Amino acid sequence: MTETRVATFRVWRGDAQGGALRDYQTDTTPGMVVLDAIHQIQADHANDLAVRWNCKAGKCGSCSAEINGKPRLLCMTRLSDLALDRPVTVEPMRAFPLVKDLVTDVSWNYRVKKRITKFTPRAPDAPDGTWRIQQADVDRVQEFRKCIECFLCQDVCHVIREHHDEAAFIGPRHFVYAAALEMHPLDVADRIPALKLDQGIGFCNITKCCTSVCPEQITITNNAIIPLKERVVDEFYDPLGRLVKLFSRAHRA
Amino acid sequence: MAEFDTVHHDVLVVGAGGAGLRAAIAAAAGVSVGLVCKSLLGKAHTVMAEGGVAAALGNVDDRDDWKVHFADTMRGGQYVNNWRMAELHAKEAPARVRELEAWGALFDRTPDGRILQRNFGGHRYPRLAHVGDRTGLEMIRTLQDHGIHQGIDVHMEWTVLTLLTDGSRVAGALAYDRERGRFRLFAARAIVLATGGVGRAYRITSNSWEYTGDGQSLAYHAGAALQDMEFVQFHPTGMVWPPSVRGILVTEGVRGEGGVLTNREGRRFMFDDIPENYRAQTAADADEGWRYTQGDRNARRPPELLTRDHVARCITREVREGRGSPHGGVYLDISWIAQRLPHAAEHIKKKLPSMYHQFKQLADIDITREPMEVGPTTHYIMGGVRVDGDTQMTTVPGLFAAGECAAGLHGANRLGGNSLSDLLVFGQRAGAHAAQFARDHDEAAADPGEADAAAQAALEPFARHGDGPYQIQQALQGTMQELVGIVRREDEMVRALREIAALSDRAARVAVEGNREYNPGWHTALDLRNLLTVAEAITRSAIERRESRGGHFRDDYPEKEKGFGQFNIIVRKGADGRMELSREPIRPMPDALAQVIAEAG
Repeated sequence: MTETRVATFRVWRGDAQGGALRDYQTDTTPGMVVLDAIHQIQADHANDLAVRWNCKAGKCGSCSAEINGKPRLLCMTRLSDLALDRPVTVEPMRAFPLVKDLVTDVSWNYRVKKRITKFTPRAPDAPDGTWRIQQADVDRVQEFRKCIECFLCQDVCHVIREHHDEAAFIGPRHFVYAAALEMHPLDVADRIPALKLDQGIGFCNITKCCTSVCPEQITITNNAIIPLKERVVDEFYDPLGRLVKLFSRAHRA
Repeated sequence: MAEFDTVHHDVLVVGAGGAGLRAAIAAAAGVSVGLVCKSLLGKAHTVMAEGGVAAALGNVDDRDDWKVHFADTMRGGQYVNNWRMAELHAKEAPARVRELEAWGALFDRTPDGRILQRNFGGHRYPRLAHVGDRTGLEMIRTLQDHGIHQGIDVHMEWTVLTLLTDGSRVAGALAYDRERGRFRLFAARAIVLATGGVGRAYRITSNSWEYTGDGQSLAYHAGAALQDMEFVQFHPTGMVWPPSVRGILVTEGVRGEGGVLTNREGRRFMFDDIPENYRAQTAADADEGWRYTQGDRNARRPPELLTRDHVARCITREVREGRGSPHGGVYLDISWIAQRLPHAAEHIKKKLPSMYHQFKQLADIDITREPMEVGPTTHYIMGGVRVDGDTQMTTVPGLFAAGECAAGLHGANRLGGNSLSDLLVFGQRAGAHAAQFARDHDEAAADPGEADAAAQAALEPFARHGDGPYQIQQALQGTMQELVGIVRREDEMVRALREIAALSDRAARVAVEGNREYNPGWHTALDLRNLLTVAEAITRSAIERRESRGGHFRDDYPEKEKGFGQFNIIVRKGADGRMELSREPIRPMPDALAQVIAEAG
């Protein structure tokens, strides 16, 4: 139950000026996750090792990193799922500017989100100012609302990794956010023109890398991005459909 | 004197969980607002809240109204609550929840399309609006996504070191940015503290690194009064295995959906000890308890849904008397409902998705098939900064507090679900009243010497060679866990005070390595003052309260004493810098409210 073994963690140490992978050895016990090992190293060997974390239960999305090259949450990666007979490599997310060690500057995600038209509800359904919504309509968007903003999908997205152009491409996280709003049962705003013209949904060529790394198992590509792409097609390349849609939106509002 | 980079806001909000965000939104309707938070936006502990937000909407049971909610809150708090806060909270929570829906939150629904409500411990009727078991995420994201369009200046990853006053009024805050280690002076006409709790003072806690008692300590050192710090809530169900997840919360919603607690003998021990003042509200047998969880209006709640303080003590008793589970907890079983419900596994995954996920991924346990092992974990502090019930202003003019870091609403014990509603109701009130204060006052002049001294002290650990910060923090956590935990005794707590004093000496010599850039060792060293301050306040207050009430249980005084129900215990910083205790009588309740309680029975 409590057998201890020593494992090696090859952790990236450094800042924007440069750095290197450094090996640390620490004791591991059953049930440990990579974040525990990082914390032990921090407490025993490297007090200044920079890492973000909060909830330790996969709910806040703070401890994103690349473990053996794969984008993952440190707190939800169990050591029992890794080969400990060789060093476990722990590196910061590469798509974002490095601050220090495992901490990156993810602030552009917060700037981008502001550009997406905010929630805009229809008029209330009842005189007391409340709405009537069916559970099925809540369930339909629940998947997108599970997002914990860990930005692993942004990290793995090759459009971001290779082009770093936040002005032209908002990335999978924000497509999920836009989808959550577009499919919200009460929302009446139209985000489709912006998605096409300013937010770069056309650059996504549906390689599904984002879906494969999502710790919340959101089917980002199939359920969020592709339906949004279809709406872009409907609005921009189907004049009759666009008219019908405009009319129905006006009616709903 | 050093020249500090200075930023001016009418209102500065410290903390960006539910209370801080709600305060910032309220204040931004009238004045300029800055929001300082230690983590990235949207990561604060509100995100972890699972079960739901309590509000007497009456959607599921129309017998519910603010009066019942008020009476439940006072009963749960053992009547040392600030009754004005309990009243405002019960009255205003429904509007605050509906407002979230107007900002985009999607709660689970009743068959006729209204907000669904679930049962929770200590609430007479189904009262918690929820989204599966991730209500906190829905709430914080809704506030965040609404808040970013309100013109609030958000300063992410900044930590406040000290509050500045002009001798009487609050004038600003000195903070450092975690990324670069730069200091900045935030000058403000009013400040709202919304920094959450103190869980990191204990070894086993559901709280993250952030909960180091910042707001309580900042207010205390600025001259404000703290109240009832002995009332710490140990949530009955934290994970106990594997060791690395010990303390992580298992939502009360598991019990609300029919989960039962059993010991190693398979006995539902909660039926063995039902407090007298809850007997009339508690199910007579397992069958009645089950019917209650399934919405039978004529059934009474199962004993698993008694208040958290009581359930936590029962679990501790089972473990101490040798009837615990293999890893030192008891069993919490939801899988048994397969005997009662078709498609039970799907039902559990739908109602408790993140619990299913959490146990599957972190403990290899499939909760639809086998029981969980759970035990008490330090979760919440009912005590905190003393505030005025209407305005949330502390005893320092211009300084406000809301949410967990403020005291009053919950008395000696908090009901589940009352925290999220607390954040909304009193976040809004604190923000609105802080804005009003800012409109009525000019900026006070901060004493530049204070800021200078605080900045210099913050840098001293780099020049020293001595104990590392983690060792001191861990020693303090051990002391509080062992000596000022769920079962308390005078001799142990007196020993704790001595150890806290010794740790304070060590903290004064703490050394850190590296530089000021994103240095968790340095950050931990700077948190020590706050942790030690709240640890001492908790311990002194707990010694003073020679009775057992709510979250505070004294082995040497196991009974509740009527006399102790007449006052709050107040902690202040004395003129000589030492902690001073006093007793502040609780104002008598107006007849109308007393009547509400009498009618509730």
